[in-house]
Amino acid sequence: MISEPSIRDKAAIAGIGHTRFSRALGMTEVEMAVEAIWSACDDAGISPREIDGLVRYDLEQTDEEQLLAILGNPHLRFFAGTPFGGGGSAAVLVVAAAAITSGLARHVLVFRSRARGKHSGYGRGGAQGGRYWEKVGTELPALNQWHIPQGLVSAFQEMAMISMRHRIDYGTTDDQYADVAIAFREHAARNPNAVLRQPITREEHHASRMISDPLRLFDCNIETDGAVAMIVTSTERARDLRQRPAVIRAGAMAAGSHHIRLSNLFARPWEEESPVRVGRELFAMAECTPADVDVAFFYDFFTSLVIIALEQYGFAPRGEGGPFVESGGLAWPNGRLVANTNGGQLCEAFVHGFNNTIEAVRQIRGTSTSQVEGCELALVAGANTDPTGAVLLRRDR
Amino acid sequence: MSSARDAHLTRGLPLPVPSADSAEFYEAARRGELRFQRCSACGLFRHYPRPVCPRCLAREYSWELSSGRGTVYTWTIVRGPTLPAFEEKLPYNVVDVLLDEGVHFVSEVLDCPPGEIRAGMPVEATFVPVSDDVTLVKFRRVRQG
Ligand SMILES: [Zn+2]
Repeated sequence: MISEPSIRDKAAIAGIGHTRFSRALGMTEVEMAVEAIWSACDDAGISPREIDGLVRYDLEQTDEEQLLAILGNPHLRFFAGTPFGGGGSAAVLVVAAAAITSGLARHVLVFRSRARGKHSGYGRGGAQGGRYWEKVGTELPALNQWHIPQGLVSAFQEMAMISMRHRIDYGTTDDQYADVAIAFREHAARNPNAVLRQPITREEHHASRMISDPLRLFDCNIETDGAVAMIVTSTERARDLRQRPAVIRAGAMAAGSHHIRLSNLFARPWEEESPVRVGRELFAMAECTPADVDVAFFYDFFTSLVIIALEQYGFAPRGEGGPFVESGGLAWPNGRLVANTNGGQLCEAFVHGFNNTIEAVRQIRGTSTSQVEGCELALVAGANTDPTGAVLLRRDR
Repeated sequence: MSSARDAHLTRGLPLPVPSADSAEFYEAARRGELRFQRCSACGLFRHYPRPVCPRCLAREYSWELSSGRGTVYTWTIVRGPTLPAFEEKLPYNVVDVLLDEGVHFVSEVLDCPPGEIRAGMPVEATFVPVSDDVTLVKFRRVRQG
């Protein structure tokens, strides 16, 4: 339960920056990080030397030590990270807002730099780019021992099993998956940053290769090179900077059982799943409802998980996420809930949700290529796995 | 040596390294038994193995025999990419079995073509040795009626 909405409205995203998104940029992750960080500082109108806080994403390979060198050894006062992969992608902003609210830092950098395009150079280390699951080796301690020897080797197969259960329970269809893919591709077609901009048809979706039933190629995020950075500061300070602030109205995190540990996940009641809990806490803190949200950014690693997120965050009743996305339900400008106006991770780029977050900031600023008219409130959700986190961004009044 | 084990041994199959928590599971599997931890206080069966009951937090438990019977709760057909060790058998199924004792267990239904997997399908445990130390728990369809 929330007694004090302690971070509510206290912090804002004041600067956003990114590299180009591409199948192959020919840059290292550190080089991309520098470009995105500099661009975010320019956008905000601050010097990189003013950064005194840092929230890393746990899969990030550009570490504090490298960043200290990059930033000319500033006096970092606050550093933290969010664990749990994609689930932590919006939680970085919750942690940054907490640091700002508590006075532990004044300008917090959050960023993600990721070289995973098909033609980018993969590192050899266990966490150095490439497909993490190809590097698990043949001796499996801990919980990997229960899945990988059975042939369940990667997150996309686990997500496939979660998606299949949603079809078993609610009859979710290939057509509904296609509705998500088509809407987001339409958004990407208007976004010059997007890697995939060619509109697709329902038939093309259905004809794309099955990867792990029920997920086809066009249900899956793309793999790209790219980096995204944001500067979070106090709402008051943000008002003095260059851009219209995207105020963090509310933020929440929840952990309970790791999603890729299916035996735990399936043993839990739906109401206790982390995204459901985050949704409840988020709207309670913001004192509003899903109906107040003007645009939403779901962690679209798979079309099916977008449909599930709609239910978890209360936009659709449980089991009705599929019908919700039909007939352009998520499409700009007339959808029931316009979502992922950058084309999301299915089409723009896969920067672990950070590219979706900066598009939410553009919506609040009024500068999206699929701008929602009068946009005042945006939801940004991390991967709706378990654990996870989410924020609501609002226009400053 | 079984032919199944030989096949796996030559393919670099990723194998579990039993830990203090899981050693009893694998020892039972080698004897052809499926056993799960069961809370001595509240009776809850649990998987994955762990030292504390997730329902009542009791730390006392025993390794109880499972009926080995359950139903397919959800499934996927892996069509690739996958690890080299599994490429030869593509496409193959992976299932989550809900056992009669109430625990979920990720496994594979043997001798079941991709088109024949169904949610709710009754299955029972079978044991496949894959190395000198490790026997994996797989499942087979149970004929109904
Ligand atoms: Zn108990």
